[in-house]
Amino acid sequence: MSIEVQDIRKTFGRFVALDGVSLDFPTGELIALLGPSGCGKTTLLRIIAGLEWPDKGRVLFDGHDASHRDVRERQVGFVFQHYALFRHMTVLENIAFGLRVKPQGSRPSEADIQRRVGDLLELVQLGWLAHRYPAQLSGGQRQRIALARALAVEPRVLLLDEPFGALDAKVRKELRRWLRRLHDELHITSIFVTHDQDEALEVADRVVLMNKGRIEQSGTAQAVYEHPATAFAYSFLGAVNRFAGRVDGHSLRIGGGAVPLCESNAADGEEVIAFARPHELHILTGEAQQGIPVTVSRVLLGGATARVELTGSAGSNGHAEPQHFEVELTRQQLSDLDLQPGQPVRLTSARLRVFPAARE
Amino acid sequence: MAGAATALGGLRGAARFEANTATRDPAWVKGLVLSLSLGFFLLFLLLPLIAVFVEALRRGWSVYLAALIEPDAVSAIRLTLLTAAIAVPLNLVFGIAAAWTITKFDFRGKQMLITFIDLPFSVSPVIAGLIYVLVFGAQGWFGPWLGEHGIKIIFAVPGIVLATVFVTFPFVARELIPLMQAQGRDEEEAALVLGASGWQMFRKITLPNIKWALLYGVILCNARAMGEFGAVSVVSGHIRGVTNTMPLHVEILYNEYQFAAAFAVASLLALLALVTLAVKTYVEWRASQTAQPGEVP
Repeated sequence: MSIEVQDIRKTFGRFVALDGVSLDFPTGELIALLGPSGCGKTTLLRIIAGLEWPDKGRVLFDGHDASHRDVRERQVGFVFQHYALFRHMTVLENIAFGLRVKPQGSRPSEADIQRRVGDLLELVQLGWLAHRYPAQLSGGQRQRIALARALAVEPRVLLLDEPFGALDAKVRKELRRWLRRLHDELHITSIFVTHDQDEALEVADRVVLMNKGRIEQSGTAQAVYEHPATAFAYSFLGAVNRFAGRVDGHSLRIGGGAVPLCESNAADGEEVIAFARPHELHILTGEAQQGIPVTVSRVLLGGATARVELTGSAGSNGHAEPQHFEVELTRQQLSDLDLQPGQPVRLTSARLRVFPAARE
Repeated sequence: MAGAATALGGLRGAARFEANTATRDPAWVKGLVLSLSLGFFLLFLLLPLIAVFVEALRRGWSVYLAALIEPDAVSAIRLTLLTAAIAVPLNLVFGIAAAWTITKFDFRGKQMLITFIDLPFSVSPVIAGLIYVLVFGAQGWFGPWLGEHGIKIIFAVPGIVLATVFVTFPFVARELIPLMQAQGRDEEEAALVLGASGWQMFRKITLPNIKWALLYGVILCNARAMGEFGAVSVVSGHIRGVTNTMPLHVEILYNEYQFAAAFAVASLLALLALVTLAVKTYVEWRASQTAQPGEVP
């Protein structure tokens, strides 16, 4: 089922949680709502579910207005951040709940309920836990049971609120992959909320990046990561180095140095914010003229690449205190440069992304 | 008032505290605190309780039984049970409603409502009784109107029930609010999303989660409803055989120097309290058993 939200606005007291959000969720996709806490992503999810009513705007399911449909009639599957399993019921009863509360006419027979619950337990690979209570399960198991319970009522859309938020790093990685596989199997339109960019980029077909109740950018995971549309999108997705400077012809003046600009839509003399990923920065040693003067503070070896931490002079990022930069190098590059802590070097980049300073 | 589920939690904590050399108190501190609390318990709680039964039976079983089956005593017992039978279910419903309102909705003046629920605890029971006399008494606000219609509240059974409901109002709500706050709304929301109606949600999710705390609140409420003296004394009028509850009957007998009879009725009241305590302990134990799996293994 496709979902569309149109111009949704929601306030809690004076706090504006959603400020005119319009989005389209095509059928069968797995979409991540990504953003920092308080950006309105969970509120949007709850509005789609019908657990929260918007002050303004509409929610359309398959093109039909569902704004005034009660949460019970929306046929959504919702997985809560802390699972919200019924603590006094066994796993089996938890999953069967949605079937048992159906009105007399449409309620399946006891045998059907048992069979359906059995199928779902098999789907989440936890059949051996059927008679346990939620408190006796690990976090990852609870999460999967919560998912099975949501799927029991054959929802037309699956909504997951921070599905991996409460799990430790290893289980989280496993579950991510598992959720992706499950989605490929079921092809049910799914939306999940996360504040973890890796999670969003790894699992979702499409990422919707939100900030302060508005949508910053939406697109495929790759597009959003490689072509951030705004300064916020750039700084939120992945490790990033930030520079504040002024455009001067074909270069950017930053503190006591200049970095050449290859692509820029900023006018000459404009104050701008520039970004570069750690692997897009280069370290120049010797008598180089271009680049920003910095000092090597640490060299970190780990894995196939090395990271170099550098300290700039005060003012290079628009703040009073000296700024720290991070550069990612291959082992080969590192040994060629032969960097020593305390060594003065210059920093430059061929791929600076420039945004007007005011719009940040 | 600790929640039913947490009441026994301290026992396990104590054992851990004791086993740890770093937190263990010196023997003399332990001995002193222990003898102090046990001594206090013996002197102020156990001794009077024993005294009640000894005094009641001093003149033998026949006198004891006679004091209990005498018509005025039977009428007092009946009135006490009737009052509890009305006040407890009413406060059960009020308590759930109040706790539900406070924990599931956000609204202005919520903090004030929580404070008002405690009002019967902070106000002297005598004042509570007086309030009803001022409102429903012959000289009160509604007195003339009630008189015209032949409805008698003060110095009659309705007044006693009203005063008791007022005094025992906080018990159920107070037990439920912290528990329901801790449990949050997630499970109820999950039930709604899965298609449960409001009533199904309440019966299948809310009620099972709060049942032990609810029972605990009801037991405390009942104990107070049967034992209330001050507020009831003001509105009762002490009409023998008509508006006397057990506590009032005990006082009257005592003032008439019928000590054996007074203590006999008092012993019955004490017995009811002991049964209540036993049930309460059982409920606490059950609550801690069911609360146990809630802690992540």
